[in-house]
Amino acid sequence: MSVRPTAAILVAPGTNRDRDVVLALDLAGADSVVVSITDLERNANVIDAAQMIVIAGGFSFADALGSGHVFALELEMLLGDRLQQAVSKGRPIIGICNGFQTLVRMGLLSNGAGPMALDHNERGLFDCRWVTLRPSSEKCVWTQGIHENIECPIAHGEGRFTADTEVVARLQSNDRVALRYVNGNPNGSTDNIAGICDESGLVLGLMPHPENHVVPRQHPKFLRGSHQGLCLDLFRNGVTHASA
Amino acid sequence: MISQSSLHFLTLRARAEDPRQKSLVQNVHALGISSVHAIKVSDLLFLRDVGTDQFSIIESIVAEPLLQTVSWNEAPQAGDVVETSLIAGVTDPVANEFLRIARKMGVRVNDALSGCRYEIEGDPTPAEIDLIVRKLLANPVIEHWAINEPVQPTFASDSAASVSTVGEYLLTHETTDAELQALGKERALALDIEELRVVRDHYANEGRPARDVELEMIAQTWSEHCSHKTFRARITTDDGSVVEPLIAQLRRTTDEIDAPFVVSSFVGNAGIVSYEDNITFAVKAETHNHPSAIEPFGGANTGVGGVIRDVIGASHQPIACTNILCFGPSDFPVNELPEGVFHPQQIRAGVVAGIADYGNKIGLPTIAGAVLYDNGYIANPLVYAGCIGIAHEPYVVEQPQPGDRVVVLGGRTGRDGLRGATFSSMTMDATTGDVAGASVQIGDPIVEKLLIDVLGRSRHLYRSITDCGAGGLSSAIGEMAEGVGARVELSGLPLKYPGLAPWEIWLSEAQERMVVAVADTAPLFAACEQYGVECIDIGEFTGDERLVVTYEGTTVVDIDTNFLHDGRPQRRLSAVMPRPDRTPMSAEAFISVFGTLDIAATTLRLLAHPNIASKESIIRRYDHEIGGATLVRPIIGANNDGHADGVVLADPLSSSGIAVGIGVNPWLGIIDAERMALAVVDEAMRNVVAVGADPRTVALLDNFSWGDPQRPTTLGELVAAVDGCCQAARAFSAPFVSGKDSLNNEYFGSDNQRHAVPPTLVITAMAHVPGVDAVVTPDLKQSGNVLILLGRTLCEFGGSHLAMLNAVTGGVVPSFDTKAPQRYQKLHEAILNGEIESCHDVSEGGIAVAIAEMAMAGRLGVEISVASSLINDWWYFSESCGRFILEVKHESAASIRERFGEDAQIIGRVVAEQVVSLGNGQSLTVEEMLTSWQGAS
Repeated sequence: MSVRPTAAILVAPGTNRDRDVVLALDLAGADSVVVSITDLERNANVIDAAQMIVIAGGFSFADALGSGHVFALELEMLLGDRLQQAVSKGRPIIGICNGFQTLVRMGLLSNGAGPMALDHNERGLFDCRWVTLRPSSEKCVWTQGIHENIECPIAHGEGRFTADTEVVARLQSNDRVALRYVNGNPNGSTDNIAGICDESGLVLGLMPHPENHVVPRQHPKFLRGSHQGLCLDLFRNGVTHASA
Repeated sequence: MISQSSLHFLTLRARAEDPRQKSLVQNVHALGISSVHAIKVSDLLFLRDVGTDQFSIIESIVAEPLLQTVSWNEAPQAGDVVETSLIAGVTDPVANEFLRIARKMGVRVNDALSGCRYEIEGDPTPAEIDLIVRKLLANPVIEHWAINEPVQPTFASDSAASVSTVGEYLLTHETTDAELQALGKERALALDIEELRVVRDHYANEGRPARDVELEMIAQTWSEHCSHKTFRARITTDDGSVVEPLIAQLRRTTDEIDAPFVVSSFVGNAGIVSYEDNITFAVKAETHNHPSAIEPFGGANTGVGGVIRDVIGASHQPIACTNILCFGPSDFPVNELPEGVFHPQQIRAGVVAGIADYGNKIGLPTIAGAVLYDNGYIANPLVYAGCIGIAHEPYVVEQPQPGDRVVVLGGRTGRDGLRGATFSSMTMDATTGDVAGASVQIGDPIVEKLLIDVLGRSRHLYRSITDCGAGGLSSAIGEMAEGVGARVELSGLPLKYPGLAPWEIWLSEAQERMVVAVADTAPLFAACEQYGVECIDIGEFTGDERLVVTYEGTTVVDIDTNFLHDGRPQRRLSAVMPRPDRTPMSAEAFISVFGTLDIAATTLRLLAHPNIASKESIIRRYDHEIGGATLVRPIIGANNDGHADGVVLADPLSSSGIAVGIGVNPWLGIIDAERMALAVVDEAMRNVVAVGADPRTVALLDNFSWGDPQRPTTLGELVAAVDGCCQAARAFSAPFVSGKDSLNNEYFGSDNQRHAVPPTLVITAMAHVPGVDAVVTPDLKQSGNVLILLGRTLCEFGGSHLAMLNAVTGGVVPSFDTKAPQRYQKLHEAILNGEIESCHDVSEGGIAVAIAEMAMAGRLGVEISVASSLINDWWYFSESCGRFILEVKHESAASIRERFGEDAQIIGRVVAEQVVSLGNGQSLTVEEMLTSWQGAS
């Protein structure tokens, strides 16, 4: 029997970083099945068979009607409460970039904390650059035990985490701020928040792309001999948890 | 119950400042209007046949309550208000997506259309408002607008539902020459009288008149855009000699180089090369100049989509995009713009947004490029878009076989992009933007992404494939039917909206469509269903060598495919060859022209020149990380803000990769087109060799953007440039594998002045990088290392940036260095051997700028030390070909000198203090150089 868990990677028309996540999960020890909206329309049970669930980055439905919004509406119609059920079974879920936007729109990350959203970047433009992230939650199964900063690119126009002070305070006091930007906040996110988890710690949403730094030479300073902050441990954490 | 015509609209406002507002106001001020201090932007969504009981669910679909507010049927507040809405038929992704999801959720609504509202704060005059609307808020090609009254939405479903004509006869054997010319002009056929006569005579032989659809199809197929009349023309030069057709020269050069890695050149959609067993790369670059001039966002957007489709059409999986952009100067005075021309800043904003939108959404890294500024591009901006693809199976080209089905995949057909091929082959005038409105399209990258996904897994399911580019189905099926014949029925094609005449369906350039020849349609249709891609079987390839098109059974085209493809008379053109002065400049002459230079101040001025200054603010708008394979990024260095020479793509787990580099320099071309071609091939070679590519594996693309070839001097420059290309290709044994020409980049202003582009040849080089561990970047790495200059520096300043800064025209253009090929090979060996810490090619601005760029990128200093006998003012700024600056470890310097001999000269060393000492007593800090270089970006 295979010890490698299987991840269901949910994609919509416009999702485009699914291949990058497949590589990251493969290196971290998991197999992947890419599950499209069409697949879910035919048989939504396919995701129940997966030990972990990923909503990959991209521009689902061209960002029409707001980033992640239509994908969230589709998933709500197609999945009902299957994602909540997966959480109750202890299965880790990660939403990256557009996947984060989708999870927020579905309300999977705001539960117990209050309203939140991902707004246009402070500068109003799409921005592609490398950022440094400080893992800051022991509750989040994806970041727990990672004590070094990780580094990876952002590539988004709507990544400014927005919530009022009380919401952020609740996230903070419940150890749900999973990742913070350090050495510069690229998009004006409240309290430098780059990623948060849900109350269970199983669901992580983040704007940056850890799947693009799973091999050392992907780091821009690799050619200067000063690369650091590989993100593979984040995926290994998810895989370990999915195998448990 | 709702009334049948109930029209409602909602206004969607951002709670915080809308990100569009700031740049809008900046652009208003750039127009010279200071009376406006803010413009509030909100989105409108018009909904037809919707009941008020549906409002709350609609709000939940369109708005994020934390970020946005919704109000219904809200009249604009007092003040100056402009409303815009899309013209019926323009791709409206917001409305389309709304209708799709709303219906799925059970909302009853018949139609939707999106628009914008702009509330202008301040005290502008009506004339100023009019200017703001026309220049910034609305583009008449795709939008209409209303000032201080509600805009009236028009829905595509209302557009004329009756099909106008089925096969109208337009031309008989009795049509006179004058009538032919009038007809050609009326229908924008862009055919000359000789060509029109051949058409008339052909139909006289057929014994019947020519139908409208046939005439339109011939015009498309014979357009400059599709048939490259100039590159195939018989050209006589002013010394009486006849030159081999230009395309034949390029092909013969490639054939004679006979490079082992070329799989396919100058055939089909893209050039194909292979460096390893079972892996091939497709490479292609295109221009989308005219469309970008009249609708910058849509033009650039579909330019990217078009070239990606070329690669899909070569059965390759796209992996990366490139682009080269040429604009007018950003500070050009608004009141001096020719009529009907957008301001360069607005064109740049639209073009960059269009490229970013398509590349980012389709999910391809935009990895390499260049941005150039010149007065010559004010009315004719140039947009070159390139794409690279990969395939992991043998490259097979097959022709459609009789009995194969004709299948159309992808997006729906609309009225968009009609006559794009003929439009792009004509000179523009002040009314072009209005009459050519239908030539512009807005792309749909999501649909094209689905095409990539389905076709990437379906190579075994079809026999041959062609993309629908300029000319639409007419070009694609016309091309595939060559020598075979086909019979197709148009009435079943999915349309964006009703009311299209057969000729419109046949010629529509609606994007994101492919035509495939398929023996058995069932498996392909199943794959399409899985990916949500629309597909339809519209006919079959017949074997009778005639192309027959019917609409509801009535024949609208019945044409001999041999006449269609080979019937066009060869153009005869005359060229007056350029005879540039190539007398080398003496040191004394340099001083008399340029005076004594302040080296430090000149270096800073060059760094601030828009052509040399940092392009970071544009590069970061493009996702260059997706795929995780961009090993050498366009942005590099200690602070990730330097610029790379070439870029390297390598699969994260592979030990090899490919490099891509660009060469372009129109300023050389204005003076000496032949030397320009040699120099830009050399530059593209340098850019790939500098990062670690093997110079013996370089494949080249040529993309010419030129003026009107009917003008003999313009054609002479083109002939000279092609000659230079062939010489350079032979010198480097680097074959051309594909190319494209965009001619007639001219503009007649209402001032009656001719505005043509400078001769702009873009060379793209792609090459194999055998060892990804050995790649090199230009940023300085370590203090104590030695700097070495490779190559010879001559007093050649024609077309140089030093000349531009000093408003010096003419002069001798840098000559080709015949020792360059050998030098590049040795450099590659040194790189593979790990002897090179960093490497930068010397180009615009010369040695001074190259050293400054290396120091800035590495956040290190340099001490230049060159014997005073060898150094003088021109040494710093010459743009001589064939040179690199290398950073090597102190202990490697001797072996480098040994390897290169006289070719290598130690010119200084790297120091920790971030200061460049220029060797003449002057110095510049990295910080002040950065201020100049980044300030203008």
